[in-house]
Amino acid sequence: MALVLPAVVGLAFLLVPLVGLLVRAPWGTLPARLLSPSVGEALRLSLVCASLATVVCLVLGVPLAWLLARGDVPGRGVLRALVTVPLVLPPVVGGVALLFVLGRRGLVGQYLDAWFGVSLPFTTAGVVLAEAFVAMPFLVISVEGALRAADPRYEEAAATLGASRWLAFRRVTLPSILPGVVAGTVLCWARALGEFGATITFAGNFPGETTTMPLAVYLALETEPDAAIVLSVVLLLVSVGVLAALRDRWISGPS
Amino acid sequence: MRALALAALLVVTGCGTSGTGGDGRLTVFAAASLTETFTRLGADFEAANPGVDVVFNFGGSSALAQQIGQGAPADVFASAAPANMAQVVDAGGTAAEPVTFAANRLEIAVPAGNPAGITGLADFADADAKIALCAEQVPCGAAAKRAFEAAGVTARPDTVEQDVKAVLTKVRLGEVDAALVYRTDVRAAGGEVVGIGFPEADRTVNHYPIAPLAKARDAARARAFVDHVRSDRGRAVLAEAGFDAP
Repeated sequence: MALVLPAVVGLAFLLVPLVGLLVRAPWGTLPARLLSPSVGEALRLSLVCASLATVVCLVLGVPLAWLLARGDVPGRGVLRALVTVPLVLPPVVGGVALLFVLGRRGLVGQYLDAWFGVSLPFTTAGVVLAEAFVAMPFLVISVEGALRAADPRYEEAAATLGASRWLAFRRVTLPSILPGVVAGTVLCWARALGEFGATITFAGNFPGETTTMPLAVYLALETEPDAAIVLSVVLLLVSVGVLAALRDRWISGPS
Repeated sequence: MRALALAALLVVTGCGTSGTGGDGRLTVFAAASLTETFTRLGADFEAANPGVDVVFNFGGSSALAQQIGQGAPADVFASAAPANMAQVVDAGGTAAEPVTFAANRLEIAVPAGNPAGITGLADFADADAKIALCAEQVPCGAAAKRAFEAAGVTARPDTVEQDVKAVLTKVRLGEVDAALVYRTDVRAAGGEVVGIGFPEADRTVNHYPIAPLAKARDAARARAFVDHVRSDRGRAVLAEAGFDAP
């Protein structure tokens, strides 16, 4: 009993708000609201940005995870801790940091602006960067864990047989850690989809350009609470859909 | 960010209510454009009333009205426009008739040096210029809409912010070339931001109402703060910041 009661309270604490959302949803007008251009626009933008951010994370994060797990770098523990900082950092702080580095007058941003005429804040590219910044540690941690669990001797064997490092990684290592990569990718994508703080701070808010679903939910709450509920239900369904589609195959699999 | 601040505030005040109830907290929800003036007036009020602790929640008037409607623990509400106050009045949230205590008008704000060479409202239609505006549901956004309608300009903002201070920050950082904010905000930003007047500014005048709230924990204290804002001292602080008399 000493364990069951708090467990039930914990379960209710997690589930009741979601049920409440469904109870309060304006089911009668739901289809009309779902088909409204503003919801479609926000949903499309969210899916596109989260997917692009995930691609960025894969391209940069998998090699980074490999470096952390296998690379011969000094101070690896410190490096690993630094990589996970965005994981525990409040996303708003990440947004502020991005603004001061990549903004038009930022450390790096001023040169992007002066040399290439590129200004990232208030653009869809800015949303992708903000999401990637917040989501990448999820992928790196997941892939690094898989790499460390995998036996490096297979790679070494491939190397002794004449495979280059890249070939060994691609043909031997990657297939063996695939479940970890997939789980990390899903986590990363879900985190990017829900990103709010860094996005609104760094990329601002403009419908069709930077207003992703979480921003739309927050903004709609002020003017049209019913619309906020509809948007929330959509995000809830997308989240549950992702979990349901991937759970049996990968997340609870032998990764 | 303001939402986070509110969450912290809710936690703090929520814990307070479970105590004896004898604490001297006065919670004031005020429009973001009142940040500097009300912070000063709050310090005055604390000095004149020992034991009273004035806590502010500054934000977009529409968000504040929404929060009050949802039961946020507020004693006084000061809005940047009558429409947002009306929302609270209609819900039976006020303890007395709101009174207008100040007026404000918009100015074009550009970063120091005016890098994009902004001269008037017509530049807000330029797709190449980076523009920040307030969202239409907050009073500064509603005022901006009136200005653009009067000028016959279709503004092309790059970002639409939830309160005027968020817009001002984008100008201060130089991330946008121009924005419409209150005259008082330009003044509060000091040398980082330059204000440019425009002929349609008369159309952007907002009247600020204030009212003690029905759920105030100490009705007399809430009324006293409203009186303090309307006192000679209150008017002087507001006038110094660039507010017009009501």
